[in-house]
Amino acid sequence: MSDISTPTLAGGAPAAPDPHFYDARGEHHPENGTLLGFWLYLMSDCLIFACLFATYGVLGRSYAGGPTGMELFDLPLVAVNTTALLLSSITYGFAMIAMQSGKKGAVLAWLAVTGLFGATFIGIELYEFAHLIHEGAGPQRSGFLSSFFALVGTHGLHVTFGLVWLVTLMLQVGKLGLTAANQRRLFCLSMFWHFLDVVWIGVFTFVYLMGVLP
Amino acid sequence: MQPTETLHPILGKLGLDSLPLHEPILLATFAGTAVAGLALLALITKYRLWGTLWRDWFTSIDHKKIGIMYIVLGLVMLLRGFADALMMRLQQAISFGDNMGYLPPHHYDQVFTAHGVIMIFFVAMPLITGFMNYVVPLQIGARDVAFPFLNNFSFWMTVGGAALTMISLFVGEYAKTGWLAYPPLSGLAYSPDVGVDYYIWSLQVAGVGTTLSGINLIATIVKMRAPGMSLMRMPVFTWTSLCSNVLIVASFPVLTAALALLTLDRYAGTHFFTNELGGNAMMYVNLIWIWGHPEVYILVLPAFGIFSEVVATFSGKRLFGYASMVYATVVITILSYLVWLHHFFTMGSGASVNSFFGIATMIISIPTGAKVFNWLFTMYRGRIRYEPPMLWAVGFMVTFVLGGMTGVMLAVPAADFVLHNSLFLIAHFHNVIIGGVLFGLLAGVNFWFPKAFGYKLDPFWGKCSFWFWQIGFFFAFMPLYVLGLMGVTRRMSHFDDATLQPYFVVAAFGAVLIALGIASFLVQLVVSFRNRERLRDVSGDPWNGRTLEWSTSSPPPGYNFAFTPVAHDNDAWWDMKQRGHVRPTGGFLPIHMPKNTAAGVVLAGLATVFGFAMIWHMWIVAVASFAALLVSAIAHTFNYNRDYHIPADEVTRTEDARTQALSTHV
Repeated sequence: MSDISTPTLAGGAPAAPDPHFYDARGEHHPENGTLLGFWLYLMSDCLIFACLFATYGVLGRSYAGGPTGMELFDLPLVAVNTTALLLSSITYGFAMIAMQSGKKGAVLAWLAVTGLFGATFIGIELYEFAHLIHEGAGPQRSGFLSSFFALVGTHGLHVTFGLVWLVTLMLQVGKLGLTAANQRRLFCLSMFWHFLDVVWIGVFTFVYLMGVLP
Repeated sequence: MQPTETLHPILGKLGLDSLPLHEPILLATFAGTAVAGLALLALITKYRLWGTLWRDWFTSIDHKKIGIMYIVLGLVMLLRGFADALMMRLQQAISFGDNMGYLPPHHYDQVFTAHGVIMIFFVAMPLITGFMNYVVPLQIGARDVAFPFLNNFSFWMTVGGAALTMISLFVGEYAKTGWLAYPPLSGLAYSPDVGVDYYIWSLQVAGVGTTLSGINLIATIVKMRAPGMSLMRMPVFTWTSLCSNVLIVASFPVLTAALALLTLDRYAGTHFFTNELGGNAMMYVNLIWIWGHPEVYILVLPAFGIFSEVVATFSGKRLFGYASMVYATVVITILSYLVWLHHFFTMGSGASVNSFFGIATMIISIPTGAKVFNWLFTMYRGRIRYEPPMLWAVGFMVTFVLGGMTGVMLAVPAADFVLHNSLFLIAHFHNVIIGGVLFGLLAGVNFWFPKAFGYKLDPFWGKCSFWFWQIGFFFAFMPLYVLGLMGVTRRMSHFDDATLQPYFVVAAFGAVLIALGIASFLVQLVVSFRNRERLRDVSGDPWNGRTLEWSTSSPPPGYNFAFTPVAHDNDAWWDMKQRGHVRPTGGFLPIHMPKNTAAGVVLAGLATVFGFAMIWHMWIVAVASFAALLVSAIAHTFNYNRDYHIPADEVTRTEDARTQALSTHV
């Protein structure tokens, strides 16, 4: 290839990199892609929920002679549930504010409160599921109940996973403090937690509130 | 096996009767595979390669090595998928009238299912992902991908999915449902055996890997481009990879959800897609094609990118219409989401819905046609070199345009009512997948092989491979167009009408020609390896290339670029050569790089065990492996020490060696 630059032959003075063509002083550092990557993951997860919502939209009134949402849903209980989850988002926000001011103890405390609210949410959801199954309104009863359990259950699994992550992260923050890596992780879990809140608002509206309409 | 049968506490449904001891074809295949596998293991042991394999490859987070491993996986699975194709062609060529052929229907059904699944998920996807992994960071002047560990994990998840599919050949059976496993046929009532479960879990395990690798490559392209490389200065292959990965991230979750609901129907007795208690099977068909149609563009867009690089390089010209190429790619990306229903016009959605999807489908041919003209205008008045990559590109243009036109025919809903599920459809999609994706991949292998290994592939055997494939393709699939127009449907293991037989014999002959094409390719690899000193390329730029991957040595050092290049043009390397840049030989700095890790192998291994346990209802093993997976994943997050610096001395040594090689060889 004639137009390849001739290399400096051994013995000649080494050619320093031409700053026009090369980052000669090593000043270029690619941006950290973690937060973008995590956003992309959340959007892909959002699509899973979109599919489950769509499935609920199609099958949500296929009662197959079984119970309907109006007969099954206990709105006061779901209101408590929703409150717990929404409060947990606020308390996670307080944890992030504490992180910005570098208060490790406050971060851990707010994370613990968040975890308790999350556990409350899961506890109530498990109680609700057990109650429905006990009444003969399990996921095998009809297309409506299959899609209900799939959508609400998937959200619940996500919250459960978030709780596992939260505990892990509390251990890591406790051990290593608010390092750059841990701050990034707290940011990711924050996005995850708020994302689940947003999804729950959809569930609450489309499944429960609209489900009790005739 | 009935689901009510009592399960063994550990082995679940798995028992001696799960092994195909009464199937001579499978036993012979198993014996052959076992002998070949043992021979391979013995050779690795004899040459003491286990340590190297483990340290330098399996646990490597180097995007180049992971890319090569993806491509090796794809090529190995190509042999399996093609063996299935040959079996089907042979069966259909002989199974007429009283002759029932050599494959019983239940076996034939597994063969066509496995063929489709393997070719799409474990041949085309690993090959495409392999190329994107290998080439994209080099083209954008980066030293690795955004998430190197995740990259390794994604690869091993893909291997896990492929392994589950391969295991189904000898332990149990594979799905008999066709490659998309439509319910209610794939539901528990009509497919009580483990075949569909193998299908589900192999795709779920591999699908996690694919989604994560999509996220990884998007973040890489968005965040890690060399200074000066704006979006509209990215090489076209990088652009098509970006769009392809956007499609992956936006469509694979839909596959995950659809398969998860099918899993619930089969395992938990729910009623998403069943015939009774409110289920709706068409819901599955919609969901699976909302993933499935973008999937074909996931495969073909990077192939378009490869052709763009190849055509520009071997015509010695800048690509014609760069901006229009980018816009066409983006338009195809968007439109690919608006056409899924054309796969089932016969569902009966009504004239308005069918018209919308029919017209949307036809509109895709406009940006695609623009691309074909761009390639032709790039060649126009170019100084064309008919090296093997360029042959594949030209063969593609002829073949793919034909397949595109039959696609527009199928997009007419009225015509589709006649052609739906006929061999015309089979001919069409093989026309575009072989003529588009596969030709692109083989062009890519010939084009980038010297970059990856430092020597060119033998052109003679490359040309043999091309001509056998090209001619074999037309022999194998033109008869299917004719048969389809005559009304012959797909997935038949037997025919009564003897007048059809000549067409199937011609098609079988075509398959044999393609087999010779594959054999020529394998010979090409061996011959090239043996003649590697003669085919050696020291320059790193054997084709007089245009983009940054050709600016570094072949194979590139672990850090890719001693200094991050600065791009001033969309053919950045061409621009550097034109303006007389001088390769830096001094002033090197330490380079920050990620460390290798075994976590990917371990996590993916556990996920595969979990999948296998779920397939066979081994609940104890499933719970144990899932718990182990969770614990290992959490343990991995406690490792904060994931990178290191390559000292400047070592960079200097590596670069001095290259300086030496360049001065002695040029």
